[in-house]
Amino acid sequence: MTPRKERRLGLLFISPFLVGFAVFTVYPVLASLYYSFCKYDLLRPPEFVGLANFRTLLSDPLFLQGLWNTLVYTVFAVPVTMLTALLLAFLLNLKLRGQAVYRTIFFLPSIVPVVASSVLWLWLFNTDHGLVNLLLQPLLAGLNGLLGTQLTPPGWLTNPACTKPALILVAAWGVGGSMILCLAGLGDVPRQMYEAAELDGAGAWKKTLHITLPMISPVLFFTLIMGLIGSFQFFAQPLVMWPNGAPGDSALFYALYLFQNAFLYLRMGYASAQAWILFVVIVLATVLVFRSTRRFVYYEGDNV
Amino acid sequence: MTGPGTLRRLGAHATLVVLSFAFVMPFAWLVTTSLQSGSEQARATPAFLPGPAALGQKVEDATGMHLVYQPTLEHYEKGLTRVPILMFFRNTLLVCTLTVLGTCLSSSLVAYGFGVLRWRGRNAIFFLMLATMMLPGQVTMIPVFTIWRRLGLVDTYAPLVIPAFLGTPFYVFLFRQFFLTVPRELIEAARVDGASELRIWSRLVMPLSLPVIATVALFSFLGAWNDFLGPLIYLADESKYTLSLGLAMYRTQYGSEYGQMMAVATLMVVPILVLFFFTQKTFIQGIKTTGLKG
Repeated sequence: MTPRKERRLGLLFISPFLVGFAVFTVYPVLASLYYSFCKYDLLRPPEFVGLANFRTLLSDPLFLQGLWNTLVYTVFAVPVTMLTALLLAFLLNLKLRGQAVYRTIFFLPSIVPVVASSVLWLWLFNTDHGLVNLLLQPLLAGLNGLLGTQLTPPGWLTNPACTKPALILVAAWGVGGSMILCLAGLGDVPRQMYEAAELDGAGAWKKTLHITLPMISPVLFFTLIMGLIGSFQFFAQPLVMWPNGAPGDSALFYALYLFQNAFLYLRMGYASAQAWILFVVIVLATVLVFRSTRRFVYYEGDNV
Repeated sequence: MTGPGTLRRLGAHATLVVLSFAFVMPFAWLVTTSLQSGSEQARATPAFLPGPAALGQKVEDATGMHLVYQPTLEHYEKGLTRVPILMFFRNTLLVCTLTVLGTCLSSSLVAYGFGVLRWRGRNAIFFLMLATMMLPGQVTMIPVFTIWRRLGLVDTYAPLVIPAFLGTPFYVFLFRQFFLTVPRELIEAARVDGASELRIWSRLVMPLSLPVIATVALFSFLGAWNDFLGPLIYLADESKYTLSLGLAMYRTQYGSEYGQMMAVATLMVVPILVLFFFTQKTFIQGIKTTGLKG
């Protein structure tokens, strides 16, 4: 085959991607950048308004609320899910009897469709009849008896202070995928390292700190980045759980408000401006995490 | 073994049991609620185990606690009549099948162009493709919607399915990495025999790639089954709804009917669980090799 012919064939084979790339990536990116400087409601052609969208956003209380909610959710959900995944992986890595069963149990929630899990947790968090509070009740009763307090089970879905903790709990339930990744990482740590450390008299804690964690740091890094990106785009669960909005807008997240602007209020230009801010934030966060963790992430072949 | 080792193992076992309980309870509660009558749910502490009424009475009498309830299918009947679940099910299967088909076909063809054929510039375009994965969907969502709208294809399955036929970067990546391991001599030999590239793709490379095809099929199926945003944006007519959309609509309309919502949710979750039990190895292996999280 001549290089010319092979090149033509190559382009032919990747042509589905080239078409998709042009139509569904290049054009939309350019168009949405343009829309972000426009007033656009689908019915009339986009009308250029300069920086007006961005200026309005900065004083839009719902936008700021969504930004804040997303920030709070991210700051708690990402570490909580990572630690849960790591804890489960450590336990499974002990290779106790029944390991496969435990692994299946921990993994299953992560493949439940998001709408189904949202509806399910809606019921579990029900103030009067939900499982969570049914389990809390005797606990709180005992505590009240002991301390003479008047604690009652929280209104997980009705109290603005409780909605985000509830969502974080749901996120911790769905860490199956990250857990499998951590488990795979743990399995790849060479046994000889532990044996060498034991000869030097290192205990379990020292081994974890100086061998295990550094060796699985690439996996943790990957989970962190993916967790951050996913959490910035968190959207479906609150939408299903509170179709009319959560109390006090406590579960109005960035991507949710963006979606509402676009497809509920038909403020396409305004939503595009939001999308570009989101993109910039994601890129900045990724770069920041890359920079700040570089010293801690160990790659084989590095001369550390 | 005795001593601190045994004690530690016992502690680990206990922790695992408690955690398993916490992870399984939501599923158990899902099924239990879907089978419980409304009056049972309204009790302060509803019974947990489904069983015959006679047994329920006995257990209650013996211990003073109410553990067993009489299961009923009323929520399933109501759920199935209030919304056309079976139709949603069929729609979802249609979207999933087309998505899987399109993804496996297009992504492997594109990967062949990147991984098997050797031409100048292929790696540059390949990395460009990988870079597009960094782009959040929100950025392209609105113009893509306007494209489908101008084509008059909103409220059809086209916007959900056609992109799958244009190669999905992540799956292209998976196929390509696998194709790179196919021995060059095999491909060269087929070429000497006069086979066309399309024939080498279909007769030689694809049959060797069954494990990666399984992974891609499984994850793209799951992705389509669970997709909510796509149907939410594009489907308007109820007769076209997928299960995700149908269940979300159920929540909006009958949000206080927990028994029925749990019945509908159970119908949506069970196929996924069955699928998981038959493909467990592919699942776990897929996540390990791809970093993809279900």
